[in-house]
Amino acid sequence: MPVVGRGPPFYSFAMARDPSAALADDDAPPAPRPELGELFIAFAKMSLAGFGGVLVWARRGIVEKHRWMTADEFNETFALCHFLPGPNIVNLSVVFGSRFRGIPGALAAFTGLLAPPVLIVTALAALYAHYGEIDALRRTLAGVASVAIGLLFAVSFKMLLPLLRKRDPLAIALLIAVFVAIGVLRLPLPMVLSVMVPLSMVSTYLMRRRAS
Amino acid sequence: MSSGDTSLGSLAATFGLMSLFAIGGANAAVPEIHRVVVDVHHWLTDRQFADAYAIAQLSPGPNVLIVTLIGYQVAGVLGAMVATLSMCGPTAALAYVVSRVLGRSSHSPWPAIIQAALVPLSIGLMTASGLVLAITSDRTLGAALLTALVAVLAGATRLNPLWLLIAGGVLGFAGVV
Repeated sequence: MPVVGRGPPFYSFAMARDPSAALADDDAPPAPRPELGELFIAFAKMSLAGFGGVLVWARRGIVEKHRWMTADEFNETFALCHFLPGPNIVNLSVVFGSRFRGIPGALAAFTGLLAPPVLIVTALAALYAHYGEIDALRRTLAGVASVAIGLLFAVSFKMLLPLLRKRDPLAIALLIAVFVAIGVLRLPLPMVLSVMVPLSMVSTYLMRRRAS
Repeated sequence: MSSGDTSLGSLAATFGLMSLFAIGGANAAVPEIHRVVVDVHHWLTDRQFADAYAIAQLSPGPNVLIVTLIGYQVAGVLGAMVATLSMCGPTAALAYVVSRVLGRSSHSPWPAIIQAALVPLSIGLMTASGLVLAITSDRTLGAALLTALVAVLAGATRLNPLWLLIAGGVLGFAGVV
């Protein structure tokens, strides 16, 4: 999944809004609080528009269309969801929904995001179970898979560029170690992460402390 | 297709546990999903796994829905629901709790440090996903070339991924790759 683009349009938009709004207390968000039904429908729409990832549409819907959050607030919320485990956009729906309407809001956004596409995918799964052996369909899906893998490499590369530009040897070394452990050696993920996450945390912390 | 409580429980345990290690999102978890689903449990063959990835990419919605397809394959409609909720539910609850604890505007440096520490790991995982999928799926030279071509095209341009996916389907249908 692509990282948050911090393009200038979003920032200029954020600055055009009342700057004091972001400092308001918890009970007074900058835009009118979305109703439960609105949350469900907004997330269902973003989800159904999202081919190959929902993040772009979530940003568009939340920041530009509904103005429920400023671009800064959105980036901050997404950053939180990105470092937590689990599907980022699902985490985002829960954090976003709960911020406005508590647990019912979280459930409304979560259900809106997942229920419609899950129904579609389940229908496709049933079709695949019946017709998956047809040769033409197999060839077609194989072609789609080849493209999807290419897209994944492109996304990884776009995320890699900032690290290459920063010439951050530590980050590159960690990246390569994870790639080899998981992609080449096919080690179990929990095992790899239980070593790599603490290692990366400590070294990042030490590097930052030395830099400041 | 196997069914019954055993496979539902096994789906729930497998994906519930896996979600807690899914840093960097669903695409970063693909190698682990493949290892567990194909190599450990033999729920899907390599080809079925590659097909599931393709269908998930062609469908709207979050990328995590590949587990919905896997769940259906294992235990039908109920399996699809159990797999999806197990992969999304526990981490969603965790995200809710953490966001409550951190509050709206936290000035602690730790979120930034954690994020900086996890970014290289999640890129490593995503690149590994690409490799694992390519080995699983690209069985011909033409398919491997198509993957490479798309990687360059999508990396260098802003083409809509959906058109590229459809073009891949057409090329596959025509027997070109």
